[in-house]
Amino acid sequence: MVLEQTHVRRAAHLARLAISDDQASRFVDDLSQILDMVDQLQRVDTDGVAPLAHPLDATQRLRADEVTETNQRDAFQRCAPAVEDGLYLVPRVVE
Amino acid sequence: MQWETVIGLEVHVQLATKSKIFSGASTAFGAEPNSQACAVDLGLPGVLPVLNEQAVAMAVQFGLAVHAEIPDVSVFDRKNYFYPDLPKGYQTSQMYHPIVGPGEVEITLDDDTIQRVRIHHAHLEEDAGKSLHEDFHGMTGIDLNRAGTPLLEIVSEPDMRSAKEAAAYLKAIHSIVTYLGISDGNMAEGSMRCDVNVSVRPVGQEAFGTRAEIKNVNSFRFVERAIAFEVDRQIELIEDGGKVVQETRLFDPERDETRSMRTKEEANDYRYFPCPDLLPVVLDQAYVDHLREALPELPADKRERFQTELGLSAYDANVLSASRSMAEFFEEVKGVCGDAKQAANWVQGEFSGALNRENLSIEQSPINARQLGELISRVIDDTINGKAAKEVFQALWNHQGKNADEVIEAKGLKQVTDTGAIEAMINEVIADSPAQVAQYCDAEPEKRGKMIGYFVGQVMKASRGTANPQQVNKLLKEKLDAKL
Repeated sequence: MVLEQTHVRRAAHLARLAISDDQASRFVDDLSQILDMVDQLQRVDTDGVAPLAHPLDATQRLRADEVTETNQRDAFQRCAPAVEDGLYLVPRVVE
Repeated sequence: MQWETVIGLEVHVQLATKSKIFSGASTAFGAEPNSQACAVDLGLPGVLPVLNEQAVAMAVQFGLAVHAEIPDVSVFDRKNYFYPDLPKGYQTSQMYHPIVGPGEVEITLDDDTIQRVRIHHAHLEEDAGKSLHEDFHGMTGIDLNRAGTPLLEIVSEPDMRSAKEAAAYLKAIHSIVTYLGISDGNMAEGSMRCDVNVSVRPVGQEAFGTRAEIKNVNSFRFVERAIAFEVDRQIELIEDGGKVVQETRLFDPERDETRSMRTKEEANDYRYFPCPDLLPVVLDQAYVDHLREALPELPADKRERFQTELGLSAYDANVLSASRSMAEFFEEVKGVCGDAKQAANWVQGEFSGALNRENLSIEQSPINARQLGELISRVIDDTINGKAAKEVFQALWNHQGKNADEVIEAKGLKQVTDTGAIEAMINEVIADSPAQVAQYCDAEPEKRGKMIGYFVGQVMKASRGTANPQQVNKLLKEKLDAKL
């Protein structure tokens, strides 16, 4: 796949990253190299190999269904830019 | 042209765990905003999710209840999108390896026929927070208490062909999750939410039409109304030469219509990938078997047993098995009075009627199953007649007495079955009604049956409702016919 600036801009937008034109063209080069490596990987014969969901060869531990957290709202809200009536305030979202 | 409707449902069920799916914060409804949103729920740096065993167990129980395959391994993925009520920037969900595989649900239609709807899969995921759009100086308020609440998303195959079938399916799911006790099923509080995929196609065509997805349809009634509107809209659109576009629409119950939601520019680019913070979930067979053994009797099995073992009609069996509380109440009443048919009639008739009138749930009923069962026993053993029974029911309902026997005694409702006493009352009524007696004698024989009603009424009144109506009828007929 040939990567173009529009792809980079779209990926940046989806990740909500502001990038300059300069950065965009640099990322085209960087990301193209990564994609080349992916192409190389894709040439490996993986028939009969199960996809890997996680690099660790372990399984998920489960926790008992118990409430262990206490209300720390005041502490958490100290680093929020705006709060009111216990709510976090964000720029208006219109549906 | 004849059109066929094709419907598939995605039902989100909030699981009734005490704590969240990946954190130890409480899931209790109605708490102060953000007082139950911990560092994990807020997506603060450095936190790690740990999966709630109970959420896993509940999902598996659902899978077993719908005869689904339970895969050995399931995997959590990240569904990436930006929205302020999703603080991590992704929802942890299961895209490729869900915890519950293909299954099947039985639904009951209005005419009591049973149909099967296939389940495509069900997966575990976390709920998002809530956005409050009221005016906070032009800002939006965010409450993250709900963020991280475990959800089971149940995805059906597009097997339903009418709004009624869709509503029946939703009721069947509701019934299963409440029987299992894995959710309170409270649609008003959002414990069960539903997205509906609707398309139409000409009858006989195999390929599906383009579908619209209707979001957040949150009651059984709205499901029917939203589908009815959407089907009309799509047919009209196509017949006018237009084309249905694949989009998300919102149902507005006030206007009874669906509206296109502003389509986001980058819609449906969620860039799913396996969540590196969570390892694959592996379920061993012993664990699944253990959950299978602990399953309660499910609505479909109960319905079946009510018909075959108790001899109830399909309709009765269906109504009485619809909710677990209803079924348990009925079974207790039946156990006390020993007569399934009478128990079924009373529970669906007098009892349900009284609950509906006062808008009460079974749990809130002022009369318990034992009291009702004992009351029915007194009808069965002829201590009281049907009319008196209703009076006793009302008295028990209003807490005028501990049990049926006490009320019967206090109100003197014991049925009079003493032939001599009934005869005396009949003689009195006949003596007091010469005109009616003359009419009776002059009437055509086939009309007399109806005319006897007047005399029965008078005798019942004289006995203050306590005479045995069958005896009254029989004796009256003998006495009046003797005058012919």
